Formats: sequence, C-alpha cells, structure tokens
Amino acid sequence: MTNDFLTVFRHFDQFLGGLWNTLWLAGATLVFASILGCGIAALMLARQRSIRKLVAFLVDGMRCIPFLLLAYLVYYGLPELGLQFDSWTCGVSALVLYHSAYVAEIVRGAWTSLAREQINAGKAFGFHGYKLFRRIILPQLFFASAPVVGNQTVQIVKDTAFLMIITVPELTFVASSIQATYFVPFASFMVAMLLYWVVTLVIEAGVRRVEVSASLRRAA
Amino acid sequence: MPPDTAVRYALEARRLGKRFGSHQVLSEVSFGVPPGKTFCILGPSGSGKSTLLRCLNFLETPDEGEVLLDGERVGFRNGAYMKERELSLLRVRMAMVFQHFNLWPHLTVLGNVIESPVYVLGRSRDQATADAQVLLSKVGLAEKQNVYPHTLSGGQKQRVAIARALAINPKVLLFDEPTSSLDPEIVGEVLLVMRQLASEGMTMIVVTHEMGFAREAADTTIFMDAGKIVEVSTPDEFFVQPRTERARQFLQRYVR
Repeated sequence: MTNDFLTVFRHFDQFLGGLWNTLWLAGATLVFASILGCGIAALMLARQRSIRKLVAFLVDGMRCIPFLLLAYLVYYGLPELGLQFDSWTCGVSALVLYHSAYVAEIVRGAWTSLAREQINAGKAFGFHGYKLFRRIILPQLFFASAPVVGNQTVQIVKDTAFLMIITVPELTFVASSIQATYFVPFASFMVAMLLYWVVTLVIEAGVRRVEVSASLRRAA
Repeated sequence: MPPDTAVRYALEARRLGKRFGSHQVLSEVSFGVPPGKTFCILGPSGSGKSTLLRCLNFLETPDEGEVLLDGERVGFRNGAYMKERELSLLRVRMAMVFQHFNLWPHLTVLGNVIESPVYVLGRSRDQATADAQVLLSKVGLAEKQNVYPHTLSGGQKQRVAIARALAINPKVLLFDEPTSSLDPEIVGEVLLVMRQLASEGMTMIVVTHEMGFAREAADTTIFMDAGKIVEVSTPDEFFVQPRTERARQFLQRYVR
C-alpha cells in the first residue's frame, strides 16, 4: 500500500496538471455561466409573458436533467447533427449551459426581492438607464447572489469530474489513467479526492468572506 | 418658457390629476411654493398626499396638469414626454426623503451621501466627500460616515437620508412622511433637523402626520381629502379656525 502511494507521488506532477485543468474548467464555467445566467435571468423577467414562460420552462428543464447525460449528448449526440467540437469545447459548453440555469434562478430571485423603492431612490437622485443599473441595482444583485453562486461553484468543481468520460484530461481523468496504468486504484483515487477536498475548502473560505462582506451591506 | 413671466415659485403644480385604473387619486391639484418657504401637506391616509409628492418629481407620471420647477416644465418638452436623461437632470434639482429612508444598503453612510454628487453631478470625489462631512456633522452623524446603513437606528437612517438629499443642493426638498416609520421617541431628532432646515430658508414640501411640526414650522398648510385640495391656509388659521367641516373632523381625530 505504501508503495502504491509512492507510485502515485512519483506521478504527482500529472495530478497537478489535472488539478490545473479542473480549476481552469471550473473558473471558466463560473465566469461564463455568471454572464449567461444574468442574461437568462433578464429574460425570465421580460415584459412579454410568453418569453418569461418559455425561458422558465427551459431553465427548469435544464435543472431536471443529470449533467452526465448533457455531457454525453453534447459530445456524442451533436456530431450526429453535423456539429462536432473537440472535447474541451464540448466540456466547457455543457458546464456553462448547465450551470447558467442555476445562476439564472439565483439572480432572478435576487432581482425579484430587490425593493422597487431602491430603484425609485436612485431615480429621485438623478440616476437612469445604465448608470442606475451599474451603481444602484447591480451591486445589490451582486451582494444578494454572490454567496449562493459561491456555493454553486463547489458544485461546478465536482461536475468537472464528469468530463473524464468525454476525455477531458482533468483531475479525475488523470487519477483514473494512473490507476489503470500502475494498478493503484485506492492510492490514486484517494489522492484525487484529497485534492478536490482542498479545493472545496478554499472555495468555502472564500464564500465565507463574501458572506461577511454581503451581510455588512444587507438591506435595512 | 417665456422669459417675461417672473418666476414666483420654486415649485408649482397646475391642475395635477392622476388615476390608478378607474380610481381618481388626484384631481385638479394646484399650488405654488415660493422660494424659502415650507409647505406641509396634511390629510387622512389615502387622500393622495404621497402620490402628489411623487408626481412632483415624476416618480409617478401625472395624467393631467403641469409641474414647474423654477418655471421650467418637468416631464414634458414640446408636448411629449421627456427622455429619461433630461428628466433626470430636472429630478436631481429636487431631492426626496422617503418614509422608509431607502438608503442604498451596499454603500456606507458617506457613500450614500456622495453617490449622486459624484456619479450624477460629476463633482470630484474629494470635494463631494468634504461637503458630505459638513452635512453629516450638521445632522449629528459625523462619526458614522464609514458604517453601513443597516447598523443605524431609524432616526439615524433618516438623518443620513436628509444629508443625502442636501448634498445635491436641491431647489426644493420633498419629504414623504419622513417620521411615519419611526419610533415615537426618536421622531424628535428628525423633526429637529427639519425645523432647522426650515428656519435656514430651505424650500420644503412635507407630507406629514406630525401636526406639531406643521403648526410650528410650516409657512403654509395644504389640507387634502380624496385627492383634492380642500384648504390652503397658514397654520394659525388651519389649526385654530379651519374653514371647512372636513378639516374640523380631521383635526379632531389627529390633534391630541
């Protein structure tokens, strides 16, 4: 068993490479899903009832399917329709699409609970249009949704592991290939788990700081 | 505006009307506030006082009538609605103090006071900060400038809101029931600041249920009922010898 761990540590640079890819995937997903999620949330609050209904239906639908199936569909299913992309593109797209649905729901909730009177106060003091959004609305949306999106980030990190099945060389993929090459499944998966655990702890520490900052700026 | 008409009023309402659906909230409301005067708008709940105030700065768009700020028409230009950008420039020449304070929770006390001066009026941050500190001292909250609003008491929040309103050097200050959501024992600290402003010659329109304040600080009282102005008088006349039966009933209920 000790030898197994020594074998794993001899290839630790590969684990770090996998970890780097995992972090990169999660980071890119967080950024793009946040942007897309805000856009979707705006559609969920659109004036036209039909748009609201349709987008809410799609968002609910997305949240009802397992991520693994979506990854399969994008990587193996789309080529049948003539849409073929490399595994990285597929992986990031699937993650962004899936998690933007969650972000959209979070941002929509924050926007709905933003008091109408806050916006009126902005208008009464001469704000309008983009500046009203940027200075008065957006910061309040940010502080209301950032802690929740932070927790969602942990979920994003864990979902990156599914991408091994479409051959993206992230941490779980590396752990799996090392154990298959050297027959050290316990040591290899253990080390990968510990790395995920450390990443999650760091994210949670970050989320706690955002929470403190948000609770200082809470309404009333 | 024709330049020959001398501007007598800092703010004037002409035959304002407003409906919510089929409910006529305001009808034929006209009055003019000369510079430096304090007008108190009194009346039972639901008489349209707050709606009137919000029609003055077009947070609500009146269905009929005109609002003139320093003789300049608010909300309309050549018979059409103004662009938001132009309306904003007029709004920022008035300032509003809200019943529920509506401080911006994501900004510190100082941040709330300098927000509009810096980001709407384009003043330098240093200048706005120096001005804000003077105003915060004036309302007795100089030491609170770096805290966030949720840590303040209701009375402190409202005094910050007054400092925020003064920071844009408004022509007119609009108060929408500024003490109605405060505990009775801290109403006094807010009224004290308002009395001081009135005595310094600030032009103010105050919707209030504080009859004591109206009696002492108002130059003119406007009594409203069911969306109409019933009486315009000096506080001495209104509180001692109201002209209408409706005002007598109201006063019996509200004073003592």
